[in-house]
Amino acid sequence: MLTIKDLHASIDGKEILKGVNLEIKPGEVHAIMGPNGAGKSTLSSILAGNDRFNITKGEVIFNKKQLLDMPPEDRAREGIFLSFQYPIEIPGVSMVNFMRTAVNEHRKYHKLEPMKAGDFLKLLRDKKKIVEIDDRLTSRAVNEGFSGGEKKKNEIFQMAMLEPKLAILDETDSGLDIDALRIVANGVNKLKTKDNSTIVITHYQRLLDYIVPDFVHILYNGRIVKSGGKELTLELEEKGYDWIKDELGK
Amino acid sequence: MGEKNKILKEVTQSDYKYGFHSDIEQDSIPKGLNKDVIRLISSKKNEPEWLLDFRLKAYDNWLKMDMPKWAHLNIPEINYQDIIYYSAPKQKAKYESLDEVDPELLETFDKLGIPLNEQKMLSGVAVDAVMDSVSVKTTFRESLAEKGIIFCSFSEAVQEHPDLIRKYLGSVVPPTDNYFAALNSAVFSDGSFCYIPKGVRCPMELSTYFRINASNTGQFERTLIVADDESYVSYLEGCTAPQRDENQLHAAIVEIIIMDNAEVKYSTVQNWYPGNKEGKGGIFNFVTKRGICKGINSKLSWSQVETGSAVTWKYPSTILKGDNSSSEFYSVAVTNNHQQADTGSKMIHIGKNTKSTIVSKGISAGVSQNSYRGLVKVTKNADGARNFSQCDSLLLGDKCGAHTFPYMECQNKSAVLEHEATTSKIGEDQIFYCNQRGISTEDAISMIVNGYAKEVLNTLPMEFAVEAQKLLQISLEGSVG
Repeated sequence: MLTIKDLHASIDGKEILKGVNLEIKPGEVHAIMGPNGAGKSTLSSILAGNDRFNITKGEVIFNKKQLLDMPPEDRAREGIFLSFQYPIEIPGVSMVNFMRTAVNEHRKYHKLEPMKAGDFLKLLRDKKKIVEIDDRLTSRAVNEGFSGGEKKKNEIFQMAMLEPKLAILDETDSGLDIDALRIVANGVNKLKTKDNSTIVITHYQRLLDYIVPDFVHILYNGRIVKSGGKELTLELEEKGYDWIKDELGK
Repeated sequence: MGEKNKILKEVTQSDYKYGFHSDIEQDSIPKGLNKDVIRLISSKKNEPEWLLDFRLKAYDNWLKMDMPKWAHLNIPEINYQDIIYYSAPKQKAKYESLDEVDPELLETFDKLGIPLNEQKMLSGVAVDAVMDSVSVKTTFRESLAEKGIIFCSFSEAVQEHPDLIRKYLGSVVPPTDNYFAALNSAVFSDGSFCYIPKGVRCPMELSTYFRINASNTGQFERTLIVADDESYVSYLEGCTAPQRDENQLHAAIVEIIIMDNAEVKYSTVQNWYPGNKEGKGGIFNFVTKRGICKGINSKLSWSQVETGSAVTWKYPSTILKGDNSSSEFYSVAVTNNHQQADTGSKMIHIGKNTKSTIVSKGISAGVSQNSYRGLVKVTKNADGARNFSQCDSLLLGDKCGAHTFPYMECQNKSAVLEHEATTSKIGEDQIFYCNQRGISTEDAISMIVNGYAKEVLNTLPMEFAVEAQKLLQISLEGSVG
């Protein structure tokens, strides 16, 4: 589904990604871990299409298409969803209006008719249940006045509404208490199918107890330096990132 | 930056939608302003002596006045001798049916979407269409006349209801009020007159469309609305103008008089040509709009969406004279590219227990400058006055400006005045968040701006609200990037 080949990227002249390679197939959950500054958020921003970064080398193929040629809204409509680390507030725009516009834009891209109001409201109700999100939240403006945990739940709610092929969860666990973490993880798990995939970006092993990855990659200094299965996270948990640094002789 | 630029390029190709020009013979007088020109205007309109005197006196006053310079505006010198002060399509004064009207004229109105034909009658909007200083047709006149409602062109009102005109003209905005009021009072061409008799609720929205056609023709509209005791009227004013290179001056006056227990709702959607992206051309919109809530419990609501003009200078205001009278002012003013605006409202509290509300939302984009200037004045004997003012500014991009000049003058201890202000911008992060959900940048801006302006748009009559939303979108195309 997703192939990243030798991806190099920089911002303000500083190179952040120094040759990332990654292969993701449908139905897989990949975890990307690494210390601060490794380039995890840069990678997710670039995949989503944030043009602040300069792609200096490499290519990304998603669904057989050249992803880097596409504007962010088309990437979204193709099926990429980014759960932001710091979801932004959009005052004055109601969640309902926002979601309905998003859903219908996706449908238009796939040559479908816009969803009827009644059907949309039903979809809204059903998806709210998956993430146990409060009715109050959906009647407010996008993320306005939401607590950290509510914002993260809202991200997963939107993910449920848009049913992406590839979901990128950027540090979804940051700012969550243990209960919220459990609810968010449950939501993600309920949305998993054999046809969609997930990239879970995180510092900590704890989230991965709930969202169990098929593959774990360690991003360090702009490159994926180690890949393995779930046991890799336990090793990291035990030894810390210094272990990686030592192994690489840095 | 590649994709964004591509989108911006496509979007900024769209031309000013109303940028066309009718090839109709104009009956113009030569350029320049002097007493002879004024006499000529007055005689062409067959005006009574007292009205000519009114004009000449106003002109004398104007000569003694100077153009005010206190606004936060950069206005080039205006050569008042380089303007044509009267221009009317060559037509008969009255039309019994549409067959008599110049077909090109009717086509113009069609393009502007003005409902002049029988089919449109069913939508229930009476229209007095003004084209370059002469009112062409007034529909529904008969059905309104049954209720005693007078809705006609100002010029016609002078002929058919001279007493009403004489009684009220200049009673809210005297010719000495300001420089442009004096100019308008000397050379006003035409406009609308509306009178709602006692106890009558006008059954339909009354509407007027304006258009400036010939080059260098100043538009000096004069509107007078009188709502007698216990009456109600909702009045819509919408403007369009064709593309021009030379600036065109628009110095209008609107006077509204409201008696006991009466209410007037005055809504405006304005999209005069704003000038091109380099700031060349565009209308100068210097307007004096004022209402007096004369009677007890009288009410005046102003709603406006201003997106056009190169320079906008107007403060729709209300004098709250009658006890328990109230007034609201809801406004969205958009400036883009090189536009400038210095607008707001004045609420003057004179009677007892008067209330006023000002909600002003400015949106700046491009390199434009958008200023809010408001005055809430509570005079000595205005016991129990209440005011709530909210002025918000939204900035798109980082090269535009938003400024606020709120004034409060309070001479009564029992007054309660509240003022709130916010400044915000549409950040790239917000746009990107929308993009990531599959929403294009244009739609994102449109959604965010509509959310911001919602409170004001909700105060417009339905017909206008839709047009206003579209207008907001069009006027902000290409503004973020």
